[in-house]
Amino acid sequence: MSAVGSIVPLAFGALRRNRMRSALTSLGVIIGVAALILTVASGEGSKAVLEEQLATLGTNLLIVLPGSSTLGGARGGPGTGKPLTYGDLVAIGKGTSAARYAAPLDRTVVQVVLDNQNWLTTVYGSTPDFFAIREWTIASGRIFNSAESDSGAKVCVLGLTVATQLFGDSDPLGQLVRVRSMPCEVVGVLVSKGQSSQGQDQDDLVVMPWVTFKSRMMSQDRVHVGSILVSAISPDEVSHAQTQVTGILRQQHRQPDGELDDFTVRNLADLAATQEKAADAQTGMLRNVSAVSLLVGGIGIMNIMLVSVTERTREIGIRLAIGASENKVLLQFLVEAVVLSAAGGLIGIALGIAGAVALASAMGWPFVLTPVWIFVAFGVSMAIGVVFGFYPARKAAQMNPIDALRFE
Amino acid sequence: MHSDPIIRLAGVTKTYKTGEIEVHALVDVDLTVEKGEMVAIMGPSGSGKSTLMNVLGCLDQPTEGSYRFEGREVATLPKGELSALRLSAFGFVFQGFQLIARTSAVDNVALPLVYADVPVGERRQRGQEALERVGLAGRENHTPAQLSGGQQQRVAIARALVNRPRLILADEPTGALDTRTSVEVMALLQSLHKTGITIVIVTHEPDIAAYASRRLVVRDGRILSDEQQSPHDAAADLAGMPEKAA
Repeated sequence: MSAVGSIVPLAFGALRRNRMRSALTSLGVIIGVAALILTVASGEGSKAVLEEQLATLGTNLLIVLPGSSTLGGARGGPGTGKPLTYGDLVAIGKGTSAARYAAPLDRTVVQVVLDNQNWLTTVYGSTPDFFAIREWTIASGRIFNSAESDSGAKVCVLGLTVATQLFGDSDPLGQLVRVRSMPCEVVGVLVSKGQSSQGQDQDDLVVMPWVTFKSRMMSQDRVHVGSILVSAISPDEVSHAQTQVTGILRQQHRQPDGELDDFTVRNLADLAATQEKAADAQTGMLRNVSAVSLLVGGIGIMNIMLVSVTERTREIGIRLAIGASENKVLLQFLVEAVVLSAAGGLIGIALGIAGAVALASAMGWPFVLTPVWIFVAFGVSMAIGVVFGFYPARKAAQMNPIDALRFE
Repeated sequence: MHSDPIIRLAGVTKTYKTGEIEVHALVDVDLTVEKGEMVAIMGPSGSGKSTLMNVLGCLDQPTEGSYRFEGREVATLPKGELSALRLSAFGFVFQGFQLIARTSAVDNVALPLVYADVPVGERRQRGQEALERVGLAGRENHTPAQLSGGQQQRVAIARALVNRPRLILADEPTGALDTRTSVEVMALLQSLHKTGITIVIVTHEPDIAAYASRRLVVRDGRILSDEQQSPHDAAADLAGMPEKAA
């Protein structure tokens, strides 16, 4: 160790004599490491946002949509084919062991009026299970109960946006709002869920009992259900629940084997996984780009070290001639390269973190950086010094002192 | 061991191959130098005197023949052991000073001690002592660019001294210096010689060779003549010379 202890200051001395060049040499690694930290942090930050947004949808969620029709080769969207019915909902509720809740969901866009205030919003008709499925809790008041739900009571629960728009600071609980022509008592206000991943305001809604909705908003039709929400008993059971729901609906719709489903069961976990995979792929690609810039940084170090070795040929000749061992000369130049790359790594980590914090606040996502990446970045920059510094250092150590001393 | 000469070359031949052509830089050289001698090696360029110097300094190894340094055969030593020997026993004054630029005098002087794993405090102290011996006390922190040619050569000599060598090899030590400074440097080498260090100088100037106690002339890779002589006293010559204009 004493050998290393006396060689390391030599390396620092050589770097100090060439400050500008040392700084420029490190720049490649600085940029590479900063890019690495920045991509990792922004990848983790955007993923955290994505996960948060998906969590607001409710986990374990399945959405059942009616099938599409095919008329003369032209396929319509959901709803153009065989509709779902309240009977389907009841069958799902009874027949699926892997599902905990099932709720109908219909909606329409309606002007909601309070005195001289009004607000255009989406009105949903569902059952109390809706709130459980969406994992949506009440900020004040209560949700409507099963009795109100079944009897078609004129009650409703407001999203925070609607409550704010109509009532401002005053308390909406117990007040009557007019939804289309129906006066409706506000029994609760939901907690805010914020924006969805598509940028929609999830709090801009009114929820009322499904029976009320069907009789008052869509007076013609008391049977058909726009869509059915199902929540599995656990995340692991989502695909099991999906299979069960599919089986029951095929039975309900008396579909023979081999015929395509006349409905669609969408799995939000799959959707989430797909989105996360896409985000991961993007982060992975950016990470590869920063790995390439680290490689370029390493080559820059090798290049400058080779220049430096050539330029200092006579100095190396002096050292070897007075009796420096090859190993010590090799060590000195290797230390120089490692100091350059490690210093570049530290500066790059600092810049990367600063950049990631700035980016996070600009994009409105949290600053997340798993600490292990800092060690990875530092370790990689050290390794770059060793790998790319070795060849120039060996070149220096293997010089012939006589020739080196004569070098002009 | 006591009676071993410091240098004994026997039948030393050095042949370089440049492509198809063989260059015989040294041909069958026999040479014995006793401890405490001061030897000047003369010869025109291309005579082989530099090769002889490199072989003596263990910077190069003979193609054939034997080199015993203090009785130990070194002609066939591996590179690593030659480095260690240079570090412990030899002091080099290279042609053209060969100091490390932008590095203080004391750090230049102490450089061999770095590789000998001497602790940093002792390195600085011994570096300073060596600088005092060559008359450069107070210039420890000057860089080579801040020193005159003569002072740079003194730093180079101090570096050759710092590891307490048994043999100092000086290659054209006055090559780049004016007459008075040359004599000053020779006076310094003579004073070191008086302390018992064996000194071998390569020079092409007869005036400089006159300060040695023995003069070798090399030509075409062979020793042409080998004479003992009574050396001129550089210190006395210096006293008779006019002071340099400041």
